[in-house]
Amino acid sequence: MKRLFVLLFSFLTLNAFADAPVEGGEFKPGDMITHHIADDYTWHFADGVVLYLPVILVDNGELKVFSSHNFYDDNHETVPYQGYAIEHGHIVRVNEAGEPLEDHGGLYDFSITKNVVSLFISVALLFGIFLTIASRYKKNAGKAPRGIQSFFEPIIIFVRDDIAKGNIGPKYERYMPYLLTVFFFIWFNNLLGLMPGGANLTGNIAVTLILALLTLLITVFSGNKNYWKHIFATPGVPLWLAPIMIPVELIGILTKPFSLMVRLFANITAGHIIILSLFSLIFIFESLAVGPLSVAFATFMNFLELFVALLQAYIFTLLSAMYIGGAVEEHEHEHGEEHAAPGAAAH
Amino acid sequence: MELVTPGIGLIFWQTVTFLIVLFLLGKFAWKPIMQSLNERETSIENALSAAEQAKLEMQGLKAENEKLLAQARMERDKILKEASEAGNKLVETAREKANEEGARMIAVAREAIENEKRAAIADVKNKAAALSIEIAERILRRELSDPQAQQALAQSYVSEVSLS
Repeated sequence: MKRLFVLLFSFLTLNAFADAPVEGGEFKPGDMITHHIADDYTWHFADGVVLYLPVILVDNGELKVFSSHNFYDDNHETVPYQGYAIEHGHIVRVNEAGEPLEDHGGLYDFSITKNVVSLFISVALLFGIFLTIASRYKKNAGKAPRGIQSFFEPIIIFVRDDIAKGNIGPKYERYMPYLLTVFFFIWFNNLLGLMPGGANLTGNIAVTLILALLTLLITVFSGNKNYWKHIFATPGVPLWLAPIMIPVELIGILTKPFSLMVRLFANITAGHIIILSLFSLIFIFESLAVGPLSVAFATFMNFLELFVALLQAYIFTLLSAMYIGGAVEEHEHEHGEEHAAPGAAAH
Repeated sequence: MELVTPGIGLIFWQTVTFLIVLFLLGKFAWKPIMQSLNERETSIENALSAAEQAKLEMQGLKAENEKLLAQARMERDKILKEASEAGNKLVETAREKANEEGARMIAVAREAIENEKRAAIADVKNKAAALSIEIAERILRRELSDPQAQQALAQSYVSEVSLS
C-alpha cells in the first residue's frame, strides 16, 4: 500500500518536474528516475561508457536497421537521423528541421532496447543454469544433488509441491513447465534489475502484460465444464440475475490477470523509484551529511528489494497456479450446493 | 502515462523470447528435471519401504530365532533330564542286580556251607559210629571173654525181644 502511494506520488512529481522550466545544470530527480526506470535505446553504464543498441524500425512495411549511435552527437544530445529522432524516449518521424511530425501511423519500433538486451541476458542465464542442472540430473541420476543442482532443487520442489500441487491438484504436472519458467524468469529479471545499471524489465508493463496474458490464456484454455458453468450459470444464483452475473464473471476473468500485471509492474518499479529517490536526496539537499543516511536507507531498501524480487516471483506464480487451479478444479461444490439449497429454502 | 503504456517492441520481443524459453526449458530442462526428481523420490520411497520391510522381517526372524533357541534349550533340558534319569535307573538296576547277585551268592555259599556242614556232621557221625562200634567191639570183646557175661547179654537181648 505504502509502495503504491510512493508510486502515485512519484507520478505526480514526474509531471511537476516535466512542467517545470528547464534550467541549465539543475538536478531534476524526476527526470533522472524516469530515465532509469524507462526503456532506452542505449545502455548507459557510466559517463562515457555507453553501449549503443540497434534500432529496428518497421515504417509502412519497410524494415530499417541501424545503430542508435546515429541519434546522438558527441555531447550525447539527440539528433535526427534518416527522418527519425528520439523524442521523450521514443522514436518519432521528424521533418527536415528536426521537428516531430504528428503522423505516427505505420511506424513500429522493434528496437533491441536496453530491456530487450536485459531480457536476452536473463534468457541466457536461464538456459545456462537450467540446462546445466538438467544435464547434471542425467549424469548423476538417482544420486544426491551437487553444486548448483542442490541450490535450485529445493526451489524447484517448492514450486512443485507448495505452489503447483497445493493449488492445481492432481493435474499439476501439465502446468509445471509454465509455472517454473515464469517463477525463475521473474525472479532472475527482478534480480538483474537490482544490479547497478540493470534494466527495469519486470517493472515494464509490456513484460508483465505478456506474462499475465499467458496466465489468462492458460486459465481460459484449461477451463473445464465446471469453470464455464460457474461463469455462465453460477450455481445458486437465480436465472434473472444472469444478465448481471455473466458480465461480472467475464470481467472477473480479466481482472485476475490484470491484477497480476499491475502488481508485478508496480512493485518492481516502485522499488526502483524508492532507491533512486533516496539517492536523489543527496543531490536535492546538496549536502554531504545526507549522504550516509541516504546510503543507509538505500542499502536497507536494496535488501528489501532482494526479498521482494523473490516474493513477487512467488506471488505471480502462486496466483497463476491458483487461477489455473480454479479452472481445472473438479467441484465437489455441487454436493455442497445441493445440501445448502434445501436449507436456504427452509429459511 | 509513459510508464503504463506497453511498447509494441518489448511486447514483441517478450512474447517471442518467453515462448521460446518456455518451449526449450520445458523440453530440455523441466521435463528431465521433474522426471529425475520423481524417479528419485519413488526410488527413495521404495528404499524406505524396503528397509521397513527388512526391519519387520528381521524382527520376525529374530523372534523365530528366539523361539528356536528356547525350543532347543527346552530340548536340551529334557535330554539332560532324561539322560540323568536313565543314568540313575541304570545305577539303580546295577545296584539291584549286584544286590541280587550278592544275595544269591551268599545263599549259594550258605547252602554249600550247609552241605559241607551236613557232610561233615555225617562224617563225624559215621566216624563216631565207627569209633563207638570199634570201642564197643573192643569192650564187647573184652567183656565177652567171660562166658558168664555172654550169657547175661544174651539173656538181656532175649528179654528185649520178648518185650518188643
